[in-house]
Amino acid sequence: MSKNILNLVGTFVLSLVLSLFLPWWSIMLAAFITGIVISLKKAAVFFIPFVAVFLYWAIYCYVLSSANDFILAKKISELLTIGGNPYLLILVTGLIGGIAAGLSGILGKQVSIIIKSK
Amino acid sequence: MKYLKLLISLVLCLGMFYALNTKLESIPPLGKFLNPTSGIWQNEVDESITGEIKIPGLQENVSVHYDEQMIPHVFAQNEHDLYKAQGYLTAKHRLWQLEFQTYAAAGRLSELFGQGALDYDRSERRRGMGYGADQAMQKFDKETLSFLQDYADGVNAYINQLSPEDYPVEYKLLDYVPEQWSPKKTALLLMYMTKMLAGYDDDLEYTNVLRLIGEKNFDLLFPDFFDINDPVIPKETDWSFIDVPQTESPKSQAVLDTIKETIQKPHPDNGSNNWAVSGAKSTTGNPILANDPHLGLNLPAIWFVMQLSTPEHNAFGATIPGALAVISGFNQHIAWGETNATRDVIDWYKIEFNEDRTQYKFDGDWKDVKVRIEEIKIKGQEIFIDSVLYTHHGPVVYDKNFKSDNGRSGYAMRWIGHDGGNNQKTFIELNKAQNYDEYVEALQYWNAPAQNFVFASTEGDIALWIQGKFANKWEGQGKFLMDGTTSENDWQSFIPQQFNAHTKNPERGFVSSANQHPVDENYPYYVFNDGYGTYRNRVINQYFNSKEKFSVQDFKSLHNNNLNLKASELVPYMLEHMDTSTITAEEKDIYNEIKAWKFNNDINEVGPSIWRQWYGNVYRLLWDELDKEDLAIAKPYTYQTIHLLKNNGEHPYMDIIETEDKTETAKDLFLLGFKKAAERLSEIKKEKGDYTWKKYKGTYVGHLLQALPAFSRFDIPIGGDRNIVNATSENHGPSWRMIVEMSSPPTAIGIYPGGQSGNPGSKYYDNFIDDWAVGKYHSLNFLQSDKDTSEIIGTITLTPGNNE
Repeated sequence: MSKNILNLVGTFVLSLVLSLFLPWWSIMLAAFITGIVISLKKAAVFFIPFVAVFLYWAIYCYVLSSANDFILAKKISELLTIGGNPYLLILVTGLIGGIAAGLSGILGKQVSIIIKSK
Repeated sequence: MKYLKLLISLVLCLGMFYALNTKLESIPPLGKFLNPTSGIWQNEVDESITGEIKIPGLQENVSVHYDEQMIPHVFAQNEHDLYKAQGYLTAKHRLWQLEFQTYAAAGRLSELFGQGALDYDRSERRRGMGYGADQAMQKFDKETLSFLQDYADGVNAYINQLSPEDYPVEYKLLDYVPEQWSPKKTALLLMYMTKMLAGYDDDLEYTNVLRLIGEKNFDLLFPDFFDINDPVIPKETDWSFIDVPQTESPKSQAVLDTIKETIQKPHPDNGSNNWAVSGAKSTTGNPILANDPHLGLNLPAIWFVMQLSTPEHNAFGATIPGALAVISGFNQHIAWGETNATRDVIDWYKIEFNEDRTQYKFDGDWKDVKVRIEEIKIKGQEIFIDSVLYTHHGPVVYDKNFKSDNGRSGYAMRWIGHDGGNNQKTFIELNKAQNYDEYVEALQYWNAPAQNFVFASTEGDIALWIQGKFANKWEGQGKFLMDGTTSENDWQSFIPQQFNAHTKNPERGFVSSANQHPVDENYPYYVFNDGYGTYRNRVINQYFNSKEKFSVQDFKSLHNNNLNLKASELVPYMLEHMDTSTITAEEKDIYNEIKAWKFNNDINEVGPSIWRQWYGNVYRLLWDELDKEDLAIAKPYTYQTIHLLKNNGEHPYMDIIETEDKTETAKDLFLLGFKKAAERLSEIKKEKGDYTWKKYKGTYVGHLLQALPAFSRFDIPIGGDRNIVNATSENHGPSWRMIVEMSSPPTAIGIYPGGQSGNPGSKYYDNFIDDWAVGKYHSLNFLQSDKDTSEIIGTITLTPGNNE
């Protein structure tokens, strides 16, 4: 259980740090690295990094957008034909980041298995 | 097994990365686009309008005060700093539009959109947009060029400060990055304006019509002068000072070729109103001036309002992103504004080539063809090379490689837009001009697009010059395709600039222009009817003849005048002469509705919608003779159409060709048109609930990316229509409304359908639209000094130095 929390916090913090100087895929890299270092089990391999980045992105989006009355989020939500709802756009953004991180977590886990087996 | 798992998860990861990092068709790369650290969420911000910004190459500090409309008031210590600041601020608020317009001008849209834009790009290249910009670069004088460089430095200072997360939303959407600005881009922007305003012509279409119907019928359908004419320059003007005669006609014949297809043309409604009353005709004793350019209604708007000042001058008004100085505005001494002075400044010549198209026939000899290689980059594909042949006339737009199949001939374009000229200098000088003489001095640099420059000064003068470089044409020259093998068909000379039609302080106490015929028949040069307006001008001039004195309030009501003069000249006649014995009860309702209409295109009227449908159908039925597939055709103008319907109702053209057993007259067309209109209106009623003008017209202000719905505004409740003083049709109309009273200093109001910010995420993106629609104005806060910071909500100081 503590490993789960450790990975969650680790992915969250590492994503935040890496995104300061790397493009959007910094979250994939973060989840990958944490996946190697803090090895998880079963569904947690995917879901922990998923939750970490989902939270990071969704919260960040909300903070930025709410400060500007969601003006742009509404328009982009309309643009992407998801109904003009800014919260739905935040959800979609979180899911995209989460899934990308989750997959990277799996990859990290697989790499860690190979490292340990040697 | 573990290696297989590794491989699968690696593939999944890479696949995910690729999917989120790549633009697929119209879907942006979602990872790049949506992530909160560098994606669109970073554009979810208000304008930053405080602080200090270092600009390389700046000589002294520049203060920029923002008022609550987000208008920057710029106080620079010299002109170089001023235009650096203008470039910087324009980029800050409108970067994507600034750049996109020059992509469109240069024929580079395939770079962004791929193959689909290739035909557009080729048209622009073959129209000689890049060539014209190159010519202009040769004509700018040293000082103007140095200001253009300042502007470029300012734009680039902004671009260089940006990180990818700061790029405007549209870059993220289309997945590309801004490039450096250069003086050439300003030249391209000026070409874009020239094309928009002086890029329309129907010569090739007229050639087809002439071949189809002969000269006598052509002259009936397309007369040089309509039977009414209320020209820009008052009729009583004395032209006896003009001592250079019109070019003698060589009596050459038009070349009657068959032309299938022509390149895309600018919107035919591009036009404007402007007017000024003298002090004697103004309620306050100060001259008053107004301008409202009618252009496509877009977001970001074509205009960006600024105050631009140095210790020597202080100008305020509408600027165009990419061009220097104020375009339509005022300073402490004068005010000015433009309307389009359409003239046939494009002519076409048929070229005969030799076997390998390296030479063309001219005056019994052979002249060398020049080749301009146009490299068109296409997104995701190989570069497309278009070799455009140039003659001394200009580019051979149509040849075997483009919209024509004749291997040994082509059509060359002679366009004043290719001659270059220091058009930018006119605005730089107008911004500083203090009186009538300096205004005239500034105008002499202006070649194209020809404009009616209205003028008023605090000294009490009003004036209007029709300024452009015009060929001194022989009677009828360039109306149709000309034989390009003989020099007698070339433009022989130009009308000397001082003989361009103009008027200063006319007796009637006002000047005005609304894209009508510039002059009456006494003007000693050939001026072909180039689709001149015949309605707005008469409403405006009647208004100014209707009473003694006029106020700013009167100017506002004239801007917002919805009188449909056109309808008022035909509807009563149609109602009187139409046989109503066969109309149904439902049609009778519509009949009664239009009968009750007082010819105002107000939003809640149904009359304007019925009129549009009715007249539109009558027009189509009448000119069915000219419905030709695979042939470029122009149909007669509204004024002449209405004239013929009323005065020539039995003419053979009234007949509908399809009905072989019957010969229709105008009366029959009225009824048939009415029935078709009624049918369509009932459908609209079912679709939209009713056909009030507001719903029927559905005015919208569309984002520059083909009115991308998320970034556009729809169903804006505003009246008017084309040919009405309030010229707002579906997506076209008064793009800037300004009224200036020449007090000392002048007091002004203005508004445009957009907002100062180009960021769809800003509340300043479209915040003027609602006020614009209801005919409101915002007062323009003309600051008299840097220290005068009344009603200022933020100040940025631009300081010399590098940011690194």
